[in-house]
Formats: sequence, structure tokens, C-alpha cells
Amino acid sequence: MKQRQQSAILQCEQVTVEFDGFKAVQGMNLHLEQGELRFLIGPNGAGKTTILDVICGKVKPASGKVVFKGEVDITRKKEHQIAELGIGRKFQTPSIFPTMTVFENLEIAMSQNRGVFAALRAKMTQADRERIIAQMVMIGLERKADWRAGLLSHGEKQWLEIGMMLLQEPEILLLDEPVAGMTDKETDKTGELLHEIAKSRSVVVVEHDMEFVRNFASKVTVMHEGKLLKEGSMEEVQGDDRVAEVYLGKRRDADVSRSTA
Amino acid sequence: MQLRTLTPQRIYILIGYAVAATALFCAPLYLNDFRLNLLAKFLAFAIVALGLDLIWGYTGILSLGHGVFFGLGAYAMAMYLKLEASGGRLPDFMEWSGLASLPLFWKPFESFGFAVAAGLLIPALLALFLGYFTFRNRIKGVYFTILTQALVIITTTLFIGQQALTGGTNGLTGFSTLFGTPLAGEGMKHTLYYVTAVLLIAAFVLCRFIVKSRFGKVLRAVRDGENRARFIGYNPAVYQMVVFSISGALAGLAGMLFVLHVGIISPSMMGIVPSIEMVLWVAIGGRGTLVGAALGAILMNAAKSVFSENYPDAWLFFLGLLFVIVVVFLPKGLVGLFSRITFRKREESEEHEAAAAISHPAVRAGNG
Repeated sequence: MKQRQQSAILQCEQVTVEFDGFKAVQGMNLHLEQGELRFLIGPNGAGKTTILDVICGKVKPASGKVVFKGEVDITRKKEHQIAELGIGRKFQTPSIFPTMTVFENLEIAMSQNRGVFAALRAKMTQADRERIIAQMVMIGLERKADWRAGLLSHGEKQWLEIGMMLLQEPEILLLDEPVAGMTDKETDKTGELLHEIAKSRSVVVVEHDMEFVRNFASKVTVMHEGKLLKEGSMEEVQGDDRVAEVYLGKRRDADVSRSTA
Repeated sequence: MQLRTLTPQRIYILIGYAVAATALFCAPLYLNDFRLNLLAKFLAFAIVALGLDLIWGYTGILSLGHGVFFGLGAYAMAMYLKLEASGGRLPDFMEWSGLASLPLFWKPFESFGFAVAAGLLIPALLALFLGYFTFRNRIKGVYFTILTQALVIITTTLFIGQQALTGGTNGLTGFSTLFGTPLAGEGMKHTLYYVTAVLLIAAFVLCRFIVKSRFGKVLRAVRDGENRARFIGYNPAVYQMVVFSISGALAGLAGMLFVLHVGIISPSMMGIVPSIEMVLWVAIGGRGTLVGAALGAILMNAAKSVFSENYPDAWLFFLGLLFVIVVVFLPKGLVGLFSRITFRKREESEEHEAAAAISHPAVRAGNG
């Protein structure tokens, strides 16, 4: 246990979140190792997105704490401070800056001094430009550098956002349903991107798409009603009776309701 | 892709700037003194419009309180001029109000340098102060706009109430000289005109630098998605405070020039109506383009004086009609119309973008 805590890059301890008396997350524990790729699954309303919100500072927990790198308590820090520490967040809906070009989106996301005066003096160096171009090649948008980001397709917007997060050079990436609403082809490409990203960073992915999760041999955390239900490999999780009951059972219902909606 | 090549479009723009600058500096040759004085006043207004465009067009924050910043600059200059006109004696309105000696805070305004510094810094600091308590607490959209209106009411009420110190409703007037030279003289009028033209160009260059810098890109990012900017690691509040402060200082600068040209400042010139009018110049000229904001201020004021001279009874209707036409048919302002004609082909490929980019600022600010 001692050993584990030392190598953990992120520890959520007994995190509880309340919205007007409703406990969205109850005493949730999450330990993320350096360089680990972790999937967070669970039925709707299980509190998956909420726990990401807590980690990135969007939601303040009622109790419990989140510790980054074993020493920094980020529970009371502001969003931009957490981002500066090295925790990047990608939201469920693509949130890029629509009136700016792809290049400009990446330019401001790039890791740099975020102060006002630094931004006033900032010059585009050759190294910066190469970095941005390399990133555009990786996300497959190099031909659309001068496009307004608002004109991109849904999948391209998601990739742009992932590219922005990578240039931000966070140590932990929090991705909320990165393949939602994507075509099969786009999903495959995102999967490749994710493999690439996970090589050098710790990543937490909230995902509904079980097919997608199976492509990765990594640890899966199942949440249910704001609590930790089961943690383990995909096989272990799928073999678990409680998981089948609360998640996989309901999953089928959810699929039916989604296809009829 | 960032290389600056001389595309035809770029050449047109450069020619446009050259023509505009030439027209500005040759104006004293073809305008009589009355017209030149009017134009000088409009150029001062264009400086306010540039500042407003920074905060509204580029950062997405609507301020209906710029009359105050304008007024504070104007009062700073007016206090200096009043003291010079009084020649060491107590200013006339203070005597009438029964003051025995010059109030302490008036004393430093005997210095021109101090007055100019105050005219820039007081509006900037007031904007910073207001911004600190609003942006940091994430008060934005219509709520922020309403607060700026409250600021206008508080300030004008204060200025009217403190008659002995500020001249009350009448404001400050009755200036005679600047550095010993009569303000009404032709040489002085020309000099002041040139000073204003140079300052307008300087303000334009400054705003352009800001907008093109990475700082400007972050401002647009904050406008497009404040939360997203936050999760990238920027603190939007600091950016908003700084740009609001710069915007306030530009309004203060314009106010100082205004007093030199017009010779009077009163609370009604910094009230609600002028504050809203300033926003209209920007909206009509073209929000989000610096040229649009500056041109909007100059053209709207020119139209106002032409209409009011030729149709003293009906001019307000013309002005109203013009507003309606622009709001309904030209959501991007006059500059939007211009670029639609010249760069039609370009526009066509960017149709989606236009649809995505235009949303009413107040509505979007309310949602955001």
C-alpha cells in the first residue's frame, strides 16, 4: 500500500460531492499510477463525469480530498491553477474556440507562460511553429490549419481538442467520452490517438462504448450510484455478477431507449 | 502559413490605411474651422470606440458605462483648463457655491502633466477596480452590463450633487487658454486637430498590436469559451481586467481631447445616453474590427450633424431609421457590408462560419 501511494500521480480519497443534498459521488476512492491508462465506466448518473469535474476543479467536493503527485492538495485550487499544474480536461462536447483558426487554437493551448504580459510579448518562434505543425500532423488536421475551428466536423473538433490538450503537455489527461457521436472510422482513429497519448501520460477516460474499451488492455473502474463498484481488468469486471446486474443489464436497456429515441 | 505575403487583399487594405491617413492630415486644407473642430471631436469619439471594441468586439463584454471613463478623462483636463483660466484665483463656480479656498484634490491639477496622467490613470484604475470585483467573481453578461449602468448613475449623481467641487449640472466650462495660447485661435485649433489625429492613429496601432498579439488571441478565446480558456490554464479574470482597464484609459484619453475641442464637460455628457450611443457607434461600424469601430464613430457623428443641420425637425427619425437598417440588415456593421461586396467569393466559402460567428452579444453573454 505504501509503495502504491508513492508511485500514484493522483489520489482521490473519500471524495463526496453533493448537489442540493443529492449525493452525486459518495466516498469515492481513485488511485491513478504514473503512466496508467484507466477507464471509468458505469451506468448513467453513476458520477463518472462528476469525479472528473472534481479532479479538474470545476466542482468542489463536500468532503474528501484530491492529491496530485502525493503532495499537492488540489481540492481547493482554481481551475486555471489545476490546469497549470498539469491536469488537462476534455469535455464531452467538443469545446474548441470556433471563431479562431485551427492553428490559433493550438497556439494558445501550447504550454507557455499564461500571464498577461507574457502573452502580450509572445512571439511565434520557429520551434513553436514546428511543434504546432507536428501536432496538426498527429491529429490529421495539417491541411486545415487556416480553417476556422467552427467549420470542422464533429470528429475533427474532438481531435483538435485532443491536440490542444497534448500541446498543453499535461501529466494527467481527463477525457470524457472521446468517441461519443463519432463514426466507426473516426472511432478507430481516436483509438489510435489514445494509444499514442497513453504511452507517455497518465490518462483517465470516461467511456460508454464497451467495444472501444475492450481494445485497450488496461484497468477498468466501475462506478455505480456515486460509489466504487469494482476495479480490475475488463475480463474481471465483465465476470463480476454485481457489475452485470447494475451496469451491463441496464446498459442493454439504455441501448434500446437510445435507438428508439 | 504565418508568412506575410502581399496578397491583393492586403494591398487594398494598406492603400486604404494610406488614403485614410492622408485624408486625416490634409483635412485642415479643405475644411473650414467649424468643420475641422467637429471632425476633431469625432476623431476623439473614434478613440472611445476603439477601446469599446477591444472589450466588446474582441472580449465579448458589453460595457454601457464608458461615458464615465470618458467623463473622468474630460474632467481631469477640464480641471486643469479651469485653473489656468482662473489665473490663480478661485474658479468662479466655487465662489458662487461659497467655497473659501481651493479643495485639496484640485491643487495638483495646476500641473498639465498631472492632469494628463490623471485623465488616463483614474479611468484605468476605476475600470480595474470594477473589473476586480466583477470578473473575479465571474459576474458577466447582462449582469455586468447592468453594473456598468449603475456605475454611470452613481457617478453622474455624485458629480451633480457635489456642485461646489465639480460645477454640478453645469459642469466645467469657461476655459480660455492652453499654455497661454487662446483655445479658440486658429493655430491652436489646427494644432489640437493634429494632436488628436496622431493620438487616434497611435491608439489604432496600439489596439492593433493588442489584437494581433497572443494576448488578443486569448481574449478571443475567452469570448468564445471562457471555461475552456480556464481549463487550458488561463485566468480569464486577469485578462478581462487588463483589457477593461486599457479600454477605460482610451476613453479617458478621448475625454481629455473632447474637452480641448468642445470647451465644456458636464455630467449629461457622461450619462446613460452618451454611454449607450458609444456602443451604437461600434455596433454600426462593425464590432470586432478596429476599422469598423473607428469609422462607425466618425460616420455616425457626421451623419448626426448633417441630418440635424438639414432636417432640424426630422433628423432623429433618420437616425433611428439608420439604426434599424443596420441592426436588421447588417449584423456585422458597415464594415461587414464592405467586406461582403469586396470579398464575395471568400465569403461564400465561409458561409457556415458567418452563421456560427454572429450571435447577439448580449444573448450569448447571457448564456455564457
